[in-house]
Amino acid sequence: MVLEGNARVFGDHINTDYIISGKYKSRLTDLNEMAKHIMEDIRPDFYQEIQPGDFIVGGLNFGCGSSREAAAWVIKKAGIAAVLAKDFARIFFRNAINVGVPVLRTDTSSIREGDRLKIDLDAGTIENLTRGGVLPTQPLPPFIQKIVDAGGMENYLKTHETFDL
Amino acid sequence: MGMTLAEKILSRHVGREVKPGEIVMAAIDATVSHDSNRPQAAEIFKNLGGKKVFNPERVAMMLDHHYPAMAEANARIHKLMRDFSKEQGLIFYEGEGICHMVMPENGHILPGEILVGTDSHTCTSGAIGAFAVGVGSTDMGLALIAGKLWFMVPQSVRMNVTGKLPPGVFAKDVILHIIAKVTAEGVTYKSVEFAGPVIDKLSMDARFTLCNMAIEMGAKTGMVAPDETTLEWVKGRAKRPFTPEAPDADAEYGEIMEFNVSKLSPYVAVPHQVDNGVPIEEVLGTPVNQANIVSCTCSRLEDLRIVASILKGRKIAKGMRLMVVPGTKAVLKKALDEKLISTFVEAGGNVGTPNCMGCSAGGHFGVPSDGETVITIGNRNFKGRLGNPNAFIYLASPATAAATALEGKIADPRQYF
Repeated sequence: MVLEGNARVFGDHINTDYIISGKYKSRLTDLNEMAKHIMEDIRPDFYQEIQPGDFIVGGLNFGCGSSREAAAWVIKKAGIAAVLAKDFARIFFRNAINVGVPVLRTDTSSIREGDRLKIDLDAGTIENLTRGGVLPTQPLPPFIQKIVDAGGMENYLKTHETFDL
Repeated sequence: MGMTLAEKILSRHVGREVKPGEIVMAAIDATVSHDSNRPQAAEIFKNLGGKKVFNPERVAMMLDHHYPAMAEANARIHKLMRDFSKEQGLIFYEGEGICHMVMPENGHILPGEILVGTDSHTCTSGAIGAFAVGVGSTDMGLALIAGKLWFMVPQSVRMNVTGKLPPGVFAKDVILHIIAKVTAEGVTYKSVEFAGPVIDKLSMDARFTLCNMAIEMGAKTGMVAPDETTLEWVKGRAKRPFTPEAPDADAEYGEIMEFNVSKLSPYVAVPHQVDNGVPIEEVLGTPVNQANIVSCTCSRLEDLRIVASILKGRKIAKGMRLMVVPGTKAVLKKALDEKLISTFVEAGGNVGTPNCMGCSAGGHFGVPSDGETVITIGNRNFKGRLGNPNAFIYLASPATAAATALEGKIADPRQYF
């Protein structure tokens, strides 16, 4: 699959409290409503800025902190097509894969806000259409890649009778 | 070649010897999930076609993050969890306290077992020598159906804590210091084994504090190999047989680090990152509006005793607020028996019911105003963590928070020891 969209650049250590504040977890249960508050504490107008198909671009340790799966869900519900980062915190990484948000590990330092990116998920490459150049991504273990290819765990289980390795 | 603690536990649960980096399917001994999860594990379980959980005696659900319900949304989730627990015959607690404390306290997780919990601080139970990891709701939904889950076998890192802790310096200071050195992503996806003479002498309450914060440096879990202290603590709580594991003498670690704490100062993590830890000397005198004695990190009996020993017969500073939330009902009961709660109230403090209040924004408890500063014995100082992104949060030990409450500015607790 090939995705094309704009980079929305965030820094290092974007924790899941920033992605969706705990205060909305107690006030809301609808993930679409929660999505309107994505990144609110660090970029208050972010939800309004998002064009469907945009990519979130992080630095080190993206998704650190709480295990809240809502963080991966609000990214998906807000219309973000993939998250790129230098590395991911482990629980967020699993959650994103499970809910069907592509998470790509790559050196994001050259990507700037608004850059147009073309991501080839099968080839594992990210082309920067604004600045030129192609970034490689770190491949996933085959079992995990299958879950990603299926679009998340729920879909994976529809096509695989069990989730044995 | 020998195996580390994590490798031993995983090997037994996979049925063969495992190696770091492999992806394995491991049997789960216990699960826990709570009311802050969106979506809920029960919803995922049903979406995935679940009918009966793998073993109702090993599945715990707890209302602790937003309890008692402070909004209709919480009440809805609470009802959903109550109904699901009743329908499935699960272990269910409401208002009993913070899940990471209730699980080991009530013997629902034991040494050598694997626990998955829908909360990043599930690693707290590593203190009893369990392999305890945080997961999301979908992984929990799968675990509830299958009683097993895939894991990448983590590389193990051994952290030897040596020397002797100076008076007034505690496990919380040690872990804030370690995180500052290792950084917030320093051991991502690795399993940490805390060991060495300082750890050997730590109480269980202190070991829980240490392991609780392993996630704040990216670790998959943090553990202490069971010893006499562990087994003594577990005795009377365990209602089923268990097999403690120990790392082999020739275990192969990805890295072995040493932290000598003989000269360690009380440590404080400054806003807005947990790895922003500094010796207290660098921040003494910083004005503070509120002190929170809360959370699964440190609101155990030992922590409350330390706070009370400093506050006894004294009053908190004028204009200062003190919020005390014992971690569990068992802790609250003992704190009442020992008159610690009277001490907090007489000093000018407020006391909340046992739960996650005052640590995560979802609790809507003691939300600071714009520009205000809070010192907390909790685990995260992220911007907005207490419900207001325009406030400043400092992490410290119970002793430092108590000393600070008395002076209204960051104060050195060593004067009281």
